[in-house]
Amino acid sequence: MEFSVQLISALDSTLRLAAPLVLCAMAGLFSERSGIVDIGLEGKMLAGAFAAAAVTAVTGSVWLGLLAAILVSIMMALLHGFACITHRGDQVVSGLAINILAAGLTVVLGIAWFRRGGQTPSLGSDERFGPLTWPLSESLSDVPLLGPVYTELLSGHNLLVYVALMAVPMTAWIVFKTRFGLRLRAVGENPQAVDTAGISVAWLRYRAVIMAGLLCGLAGAYLSIALGAGFIKDMSAGKGYIALAALIFGKWRPYPALFACLLFGFLEAVATRMQGVQLPVVGEIDVQLMQALPYILTVILLAGFIGRAIAPKAIGTPYSKDRA
Amino acid sequence: MSRRTKLPAWADIGLIPLINVLLAFLSAGVVVALIGESPLEAVQVLIRGAFGYDEGVGYTLYYTTNFIFTGLAVAVAFHAGLFNIGGEGQAYIGGLGVGLICLALDHLLPWWALLPLAIIAGSLFGAAWAFIPGYLQAYRGSHVVITTIMFNFIASALMVYLLVNVLIQPGSMSPETRAIAPESTLPLMHEIFEFLGIKITQTPLNLSIFVALLACLFVWVLIWKTRWGYAIRMIGFNESAAVYSGINPKRMVVIAMMISGSLAGLVAINEVMGAQERVGLDFVSGAGFTGIAVALMGRNHPLGIIIASLLFGALFQGGAELAFEFSTITRDLVVVIQGLVILFCGALAYMMRGPLERLFAALSRSNQEEG
Repeated sequence: MEFSVQLISALDSTLRLAAPLVLCAMAGLFSERSGIVDIGLEGKMLAGAFAAAAVTAVTGSVWLGLLAAILVSIMMALLHGFACITHRGDQVVSGLAINILAAGLTVVLGIAWFRRGGQTPSLGSDERFGPLTWPLSESLSDVPLLGPVYTELLSGHNLLVYVALMAVPMTAWIVFKTRFGLRLRAVGENPQAVDTAGISVAWLRYRAVIMAGLLCGLAGAYLSIALGAGFIKDMSAGKGYIALAALIFGKWRPYPALFACLLFGFLEAVATRMQGVQLPVVGEIDVQLMQALPYILTVILLAGFIGRAIAPKAIGTPYSKDRA
Repeated sequence: MSRRTKLPAWADIGLIPLINVLLAFLSAGVVVALIGESPLEAVQVLIRGAFGYDEGVGYTLYYTTNFIFTGLAVAVAFHAGLFNIGGEGQAYIGGLGVGLICLALDHLLPWWALLPLAIIAGSLFGAAWAFIPGYLQAYRGSHVVITTIMFNFIASALMVYLLVNVLIQPGSMSPETRAIAPESTLPLMHEIFEFLGIKITQTPLNLSIFVALLACLFVWVLIWKTRWGYAIRMIGFNESAAVYSGINPKRMVVIAMMISGSLAGLVAINEVMGAQERVGLDFVSGAGFTGIAVALMGRNHPLGIIIASLLFGALFQGGAELAFEFSTITRDLVVVIQGLVILFCGALAYMMRGPLERLFAALSRSNQEEG
């Protein structure tokens, strides 16, 4: 009993920690499937988090905050598109520029506007996305096993956690079942073919990075007005890079990427619980090892030691018509 | 591209980068104006803070030292067509090498005997940390950008672990090693000047700035005067042509990454053996990323890198003064400038090319009509 309670609480925090990873991983999936490398997930999420917290603090409306997060993140995505699609700039350099710009601008504007050393004013409970309690969760909580799973694990998260979980089937449907998705994947593998068919490579890729911006904006809003209560300097703390790792770990597919996000979220949830706990055989597991594990696993996967992660073929190469 | 009018060389090498840097700074000025402060006043404060008095100059050159090392590291990889984002982690691990050798021998050797050993240790550790991504890129097909990003995080976790559990000074609460014995740390610049009979204010600026300048010379000779440098530029320029001329590109990728990592590792000579006299948490503090902006702005040439490093050193030092003069601007503005420089000099480097080419074409046409 004791163990199952602990497990459910660990899985509960896994969902909470994985939600922004899932949103960012799906964002990266759209962009990278279209052939645009996106290491700027981190920056777009951070900028979104700041916009959400700032607008919510000023207007008192979470919905306006969410909208602001999405708009700002899409603007950053468009900047990425402008550099990489229109001007055929280096996609990695552009993504890095966006990350550094976001890290700087959020603090500079935060200090100028709110004078709190880079933080935004802390938000009250009605200025955040609060927990949604599912129907009957009170009365069902006493049912053995399934009760706690329903009340603790499934019910009681904020709206954006559910949005994150729904983003996965949505992404899978758009990318694999719609005409837009087919073209999106084609443009990431063989842009010449798409161009020959009379479809604009640039416009397809722009739509892909806009989708990425939208999803990163949601992730940012999640950090500052759902999970947290305001913006803190550098609050994305490398989550965008973990999401990128999860996307690669999931081999650029929606459900395996979701699994990777949940795995990485679980590692993080367990890491905090494992501090000072003696395990049989291995002894105490180090927190730093648990934190580094997502990156180590991704490197091992990329090296081809557990399966093969093959990127979209045209990824990273700017498309130009005259280079036939 | 070849069908269009080519730009004259001076415009390509000098004018376009200058315009890009100006665009970056103009955009930063717009940000300052948006906040409601005067950009011109901010520039004055920056320049005064960086060069206005001897302490400022000392700090400026101290930051410059780090940026030269990381800028060179990024540039060497760039020449081979590789993007090494891992300078941050390689410098951090380089600190482990410098720290270990200094702590092992500091009571036995004076600084001048220890310095060559520390340089070897720092560059070996940095090179080792870059070797794995380089090897994986060359032989296992995993992209060096992704692996170096991952290795930054792994380095950070590893160093926290080592500093908290292994290297920590017994009885101390803060995760850092014991201090290196004073006679084994690099002489600070004010000590050197005092020896020469000139009094200047004490700053962290130390002898390692000369190591940095020597590293510039080393990179210049390596890239343009040696067989390896030729091979490095060749694989960056055209890999299949490199194969035909008898170069093994896989081997050169690994070598270029290791040279890059070893240069990044030398940051620790400045920080660990010079300024901080111990290995502490996060002593690299972003220099690895600034190196990317420096290399892009300096166009991967040692001379350009020295100039760009000096500019960023001045920004970092002058930026620290901003907070004293303005209630609303802090040093974080420098991070924004760094992002803008990477954006305009890197990602949007070709944006001005088209308009300039048309301008030059129009100029030459009107010249012909007159003549």
